[in-house]
Amino acid sequence: MKLFNLKNALILAALIAVYAIVQMTAVAGTLSPFYLMTLVLVCVYIILSVSLNLITGYTGQLAIGHAGFMSIGAYASAFIVVKMQGSLISGLLFGALIAAIAGIIIGVPTLRLRGDYLAIATLGMGEIVRIILLNTDYLGGATGFSVPKSVDWTWAFWIMVVSVVIIRNFINSSHGRACISVRENEIAAEAMGINTTKYKVMAFTIGAMFAGLAGGLYANYMYIIQPMSFSFLKSFDILAMVVLGGLGSITGSIIGAGLMTILSAYLANFPEMRMVIIAVLLILLMIFRPNGIMGNKEFKLNFLISKKER
Amino acid sequence: MLTLNNINVYYGAIHALKGISFEVNKGEIVTLIGSNGAGKSTCLKTISGLLRPKEGTLSFKGNDLTAVSAPEIVSRGISQVPEGRRIFANMLVSENLDLGAYLRKDKAGIKEDMEKVFSLFPRLKERRRQLAGTLSGGEQQMLAMGRALMSKPELLLLDEPSMGLAPILVKQIFSIIQEINSLGTTILLVEQNARMALSIANRAYVLETGKIVLSGDSKELMESEEIRKAYLGG
Repeated sequence: MKLFNLKNALILAALIAVYAIVQMTAVAGTLSPFYLMTLVLVCVYIILSVSLNLITGYTGQLAIGHAGFMSIGAYASAFIVVKMQGSLISGLLFGALIAAIAGIIIGVPTLRLRGDYLAIATLGMGEIVRIILLNTDYLGGATGFSVPKSVDWTWAFWIMVVSVVIIRNFINSSHGRACISVRENEIAAEAMGINTTKYKVMAFTIGAMFAGLAGGLYANYMYIIQPMSFSFLKSFDILAMVVLGGLGSITGSIIGAGLMTILSAYLANFPEMRMVIIAVLLILLMIFRPNGIMGNKEFKLNFLISKKER
Repeated sequence: MLTLNNINVYYGAIHALKGISFEVNKGEIVTLIGSNGAGKSTCLKTISGLLRPKEGTLSFKGNDLTAVSAPEIVSRGISQVPEGRRIFANMLVSENLDLGAYLRKDKAGIKEDMEKVFSLFPRLKERRRQLAGTLSGGEQQMLAMGRALMSKPELLLLDEPSMGLAPILVKQIFSIIQEINSLGTTILLVEQNARMALSIANRAYVLETGKIVLSGDSKELMESEEIRKAYLGG
């Protein structure tokens, strides 16, 4: 596949257009700060849901501790930026690194096992991280950790784009295909000579790393981070986005994250109703589109290029 | 080529293989026959590294395999067609075959072998752009065999290739097994369909509750009174 063809050019043009429209209206003041914040959060949640989709949708490992990795990334990056006076970039990279290391620590022992152990272990991990943060006064404890706001729309948008491209390329590589074969049939994958544990750990670590990156963006945008906002409900929110969009579809995850985040923003004034409406939405989805909005298909612009290039 | 010596395998407290010893020589078709629960599949899984023997040794071409991991065993030239086919249903036929060649780096050789598989199984060529889950049972069996061949094995382990197939398809699959063997791949075949298995094999071992109770030339076994009674229906 050629890198520069009509399809890729069009995608790039569309991305630049979306970026520019939001940026210009934000600078001009026609876009209210509330909507801008929602759009930045959409970017953060897209990174979270696409990275969780790599673990759950493509590699088939149910993980419900994504908020835990997000909080690790958020606090690690805030630590660098606030306590060490580091730059935003070094903070984001450090957050991603620490989250990836946490991913390896959780992944190596649990991913050797088949079944639901990973779900239980990640759920527990998320809660443990939250409790530890809650009791660490050095990082603000329950009152929260103030972080100066240094992330803006430009940062959030382009880091989101780069993250999605990296995950997409990973999935389309031979490593990605090995991950999908683990989901399809672990025994057959092993019989083909695929080291299934290695690929499960690899997918899980990459997923955790991007969750950490998203956490870093979140921390450096929201002025303050609190352990409370990374509870297991957040993990389920992210999982719901992935399921809503379709397990095994990146475009699905993007749609799911966008839909859920915008919906949550509109329902911010009725927090009780929010969970009810999202639950109803998911039930309707289960009845009418059991595989999610996109199923495991991707929205593609392939008709724009000749068959040979696909 | 492959030698098993006093292999003991347990599933927890259950003693599944009780001191199995046999060998497969280069170029042969060897079959393991026996009824349900005799330990045939356990035997294959032990050879391919999916299960570990508690006692005994396993060697391939003179090298010990007992502590070698499953992926490493594939790269040493043993490939398994698992029981019940286990194809990757949501992937294309061609992607299934590509995954069979997962451990190989020689792109030209992979392409050549893909053509070989397509000449053995013309149906797979017609359907290479189709999702593997949409194939019929027989075609899925062919795909599972083609996928195993893509790793260019010296020894092919086949676990019940006749399972759930119509008699005419079973015949077809078995003649392809003979063809694969004539192209130079040694075959270890596990079957419940003893008559079909004995008709193409050079030698056979009969398993009963984790032990080898009979062995020998497959023609002779086919004649033997015990086998006729127990496995060939009188």
